Amino acid sequence: MDAKTDPAGKNPTTADRMSDRELVVTRRVNGPAHLIFRAWTTPALMQRWWVPKSFGITLLSCEIEARTGGKYRFVFAVPGTEQTTSFFGTYLEVIPDAKIVWTNEESGEGAVSTVTFAERDGVTLVTVHEIYPSKEALDEAIASGSTGAWPEQFDALDALLAG
Amino acid sequence: MVQYMPPRCDATFAALSDATRRGVLEQLWRGDASITELAERFHMTLTGMKKHVGLLEEVGLVTTEKVGRVRTCRLGPGRLEDEMAWLDAYRRMWAARFEGMDAIVEELKQREKADGRQD
Repeated sequence: MDAKTDPAGKNPTTADRMSDRELVVTRRVNGPAHLIFRAWTTPALMQRWWVPKSFGITLLSCEIEARTGGKYRFVFAVPGTEQTTSFFGTYLEVIPDAKIVWTNEESGEGAVSTVTFAERDGVTLVTVHEIYPSKEALDEAIASGSTGAWPEQFDALDALLAG
Repeated sequence: MVQYMPPRCDATFAALSDATRRGVLEQLWRGDASITELAERFHMTLTGMKKHVGLLEEVGLVTTEKVGRVRTCRLGPGRLEDEMAWLDAYRRMWAARFEGMDAIVEELKQREKADGRQD
């Protein structure tokens, strides 16, 4: 994929639509899998990276029950208002240091997301796989500009990412 | 090992690689047409045209609708450009996240090292 737009010195991130209803993201992280798993399952750490700083969106709280069948809830501040909105779901599978599968339940047509960690020589290949219930659901997510990462009203991604 | 389908844009390029299919798109740009009309126009069998239209439909370049015994073809939403733009924004969002994670993992690594030295 086009690695040129990644910041200099960073490992490239790839993103592909692998089928009508699947997205796959890959990235190598220079660290062992257990630390990346920790960053993905510790609320205080998750809060520092899930919403990139440059986006100007505040993730107010993160509740994470990192076990199979556990729940999560992320609460966001709606910019310019007193309101909050949340993203939530269930961990369908949690294998420490290897794999996390979760649902996105804030909408009926949410994806099921899987992340896997494959470590080799201290570098971990992180693969995020999102599968939507139907082609229409993914098409709709794309058409609405939503990335499934936080509530849609924040999803003016191009504006956020400009410059 | 999971067998992924090829990325969608490859499928779109493959669909566009055939002269007949490009002709069909041009024809549909002028107006909707039935499979039968398209088959006649391109001197093909119905079965042959159905295959071409099926490929175009798979990648969203054409949509079809069957009313009675006639299947009408029209140009699809042609979302390729929007989709590529969205996918790039999605990729950049993850790239930005991973950048934040790099810093955290680096911190955790240093902490583990320091803890290791204490043991």
